[in-house]
Amino acid sequence: MRRLILSFLLIFFLVGVLAASQLEIFSWWTAGGEAEALEALIKVFNKHYPDVEVINATVAGGAGTNAKAVLKTRMLGGNPPDSFQVHAGMELIDTYVIPGYMTPITNLLKEWGVIDKFPKGILEMCSYKGEIYSVPVNVHRGNVVFYNKKIAEEIGMKEPPETWDEFITYLQKAKEKGYIGLALGDKNKWPALHLFETILLGVLGPNDYNGLWKNEVSFRDPRIRRAFEIMDRLLDYVNEDHAALAWQDATRLVYEGKALANIMGDWAEGYLKSVGWEPGKDFGWFAVPETQNAFMVVSDTFGLPKNAPHKENAVKWLKIVASVEGQDAFNPIKGSIPARLDADRSKYDIYLQWSMEDFATKALSPSIAHGSAAPEGFVTALNDIINRFVTTRDIDSALEELLIAAEDEGYLTE
Amino acid sequence: MRKKTKIIGIFIVLPSIVAIAIFVYGFISWTFRVSTSDWNSFSKLARGMYRFVGFRNYERLFMDKRFITDLWNLLFFTLMFMFGSIALGLILALLVDKGVKGSRVFQTIFLYPMAVAFVVTGTVWGWIFNPGIIPDSPSGINLLMKGLGFESLMWKWYISTEHIGPFNLALIPVAIAAIWQMSGYVMALYLAGLRSIPQSIIEAAKVDGASSWKMFWKVKIPMLKPVTLSAMIILGHISLKVFDLIYAMTGSGPNNVTDMPAIYMFELTFRSNKYALGSAISILMLLAVAIVIVPYLVSAFKKE
Repeated sequence: MRRLILSFLLIFFLVGVLAASQLEIFSWWTAGGEAEALEALIKVFNKHYPDVEVINATVAGGAGTNAKAVLKTRMLGGNPPDSFQVHAGMELIDTYVIPGYMTPITNLLKEWGVIDKFPKGILEMCSYKGEIYSVPVNVHRGNVVFYNKKIAEEIGMKEPPETWDEFITYLQKAKEKGYIGLALGDKNKWPALHLFETILLGVLGPNDYNGLWKNEVSFRDPRIRRAFEIMDRLLDYVNEDHAALAWQDATRLVYEGKALANIMGDWAEGYLKSVGWEPGKDFGWFAVPETQNAFMVVSDTFGLPKNAPHKENAVKWLKIVASVEGQDAFNPIKGSIPARLDADRSKYDIYLQWSMEDFATKALSPSIAHGSAAPEGFVTALNDIINRFVTTRDIDSALEELLIAAEDEGYLTE
Repeated sequence: MRKKTKIIGIFIVLPSIVAIAIFVYGFISWTFRVSTSDWNSFSKLARGMYRFVGFRNYERLFMDKRFITDLWNLLFFTLMFMFGSIALGLILALLVDKGVKGSRVFQTIFLYPMAVAFVVTGTVWGWIFNPGIIPDSPSGINLLMKGLGFESLMWKWYISTEHIGPFNLALIPVAIAAIWQMSGYVMALYLAGLRSIPQSIIEAAKVDGASSWKMFWKVKIPMLKPVTLSAMIILGHISLKVFDLIYAMTGSGPNNVTDMPAIYMFELTFRSNKYALGSAISILMLLAVAIVIVPYLVSAFKKE
C-alpha cells in the first residue's frame, strides 16, 4: 500500500516537473512546406533550450478558419496556448489585443536589440497604442503576377507590363491564341478578394490604401469605382470554371500551359517550385500592374497571451522567432521571406531575393483578404460582395454594398 | 424491494438527464439568449458587453439577400433530396427484394456509400461535376459527355448561375451527390419494411387475383407507409443540417447559388465573429428541424 502511494507521488512529481518545462505552440501549419518549416524552427529552439518540451498544437483546415475558432474558444475559456500564430494587423489587434488578451512585448524586443532590425511598417501592423504585441516571423507578398514564360514568349510579352491597359493587351493576345489570360480559382472566395485588393492598392496608391483603414481616406472615394471597373475588364479573361477551383488549381493552369498568368501571393511560387518548376526559367513574375511601388504584406507573427501557462518558455520562443537564426531556418522552407532585414540572402532563391529587395525598399500595405487590414467581420462581408460581383458584374450594387459593410464596421464616420 | 429498484433506476438515469438538461437544453437557451443580443464582435464578448436587442438580428437576417437565397436553396435541396432518395431507395429495395441473382452483393454495394463521410462524397462528386472549360477542355462528367459525343449536354453543373425563379440549377448536382449517399440507407429501410409484410397477406392478395402492379400499389405501398415516414424524417433533418457536403463540394458556389443556412451560420459566427446573427440562424434551423420532427412525435405518442 505504501509503495503504491509512493509511486503515485512519484508520478505526480514527474508530471509536475515535465509540465514545468513545456511550451505549447498553436498554429494551422499542417500542409507540406509549412509544417516542415515549423519543425525546423522548433529544432532551432530545442538546440538552445534542449530541456523544454515543445507541444506542436496544430489545427488543420480552412486556411486557418478552424484553428481560429479553436483558438478563440481557448482564449475565452482562459486556457490560451503559450504562443500562437496570428496574422499581423487587425486579426491580432481587433480580436486579441483590444479585448485585453495579450501582453505587450516592446520591452523584450528592445532588450534583445532587434527592434530596429524589422521594417517600421511591419512592426506598426503588430502594434496598438504604441506597444508591440507580436513578433513577425515571415512575410509573404500579395501583389505578384506569376506567368508562364513559354506563353509570354509566344505572345511577345518581353517586358513586364506596368499598367492595366498594357497587361490587358497581353491578356487579349493570349486569349486570341486560345489560352486563358488570367487564371482564377475562387471556390473559397478569398482569391477573388485577393485579386480585387491588389487592384485597389494600385488604384489608390499605398498611402491612400493604408489611409482607408485609418479613416483618413473614405470608402466613398471615386477611385474605388475604378478598381471595380478594372476587375470587370479582367474578368473577361478569367477561366470559365473559376468557381470550381481552389487557388492551387488556378496556379496549376499556369503550370500546365493553359493560362498565361495568375495573380496570387508568393505561396504560389512555393507551389510552382513544388511541382517541379524553376523560378526565372519556367516562370516569371512581376508586381501587379500599377503597384510597383507597393508591397502587399501577409505576415505571420507570434504573440504572448496574457495567461500563457509557461510564460518563461514563451518568451524564449519569441526570442528564437525574432532571431536571424530562427527566421533563416524557417523561411526558406516555408517559401516566404524573413521579416528581419539583416537575414542571410544567399539562403533564398532568386524570386525571394527579388521580394526581399522590394520588402526593404517599397511602401508596405496590409492585405484585406488575409486579415491584416480590417476586422474579420468586414473581410467576410467583402468576400461576399466581391464573390457576388464576379458573378453579376454589377458595379453600382457592389459599391452600394461596400458602403453598407464599411458603415457596419465603423469606417464611415465622416 | 420495489421501491429500492425504483430508486436505483432513478439514480442510473439521473446523470444523463442532468447532462441533457445542461448540454442540450441549457445550451439551446443560451444560444437563444445570444441571438437576442447585440453581440456581433469578439471584443464585445471579451469585455462582457452586450445588450438585449429583441428580435433585431432576426429582422436583419430576413433583409439579408444571402440568407433569403439560403432559405430557397434549402427548400429546393430538401425536396429534391427527399424525393430522390426515397424514390431511388424504394426502387432498389424492390429489385433486391425480388431476389435477382446476386442481389446480396448489390445490397452491400448500394448500402456502402452511407459509410462514407459527406466530406468525402462532396470532394469526389466535386471532381466528377467540375465542369472544366467548355467546350475546349472539359473535365469530369463533361469530358465523358464529349467523349460520347453528347457535346450539347455539357453544362456548367454546380457552378452554373442559371436559375428558374428562386431555384438555382446548380443545386441539382449537389442533390445528386446527396442522393447517392443516402439512397442505399433508404433501400435498407424499405427492405426491412418489405420483409416484415406478413406472407399471409401477400398470399391472400394472390388468391384474390391481384396483379403484381396492384399488389404493389394496394398492398405493399400502404404497408410501407411508416417506413416512408421515418425515412422522410431522417432525410429531412439531414438535409436541414447539410453543411459538410456543400462545404467540400462547392464552397457555396458563385453568388451563393448552393449556399445553405448552416454554412452562412458558420461563416458569420466563426469568421466574422458575429455571434448574435449566427445564433439567430441556429435557432431558425432548430425551429425548422422541430417542424419536421414534431408531427412524427405526435403520431408516435398517439399510438401509445
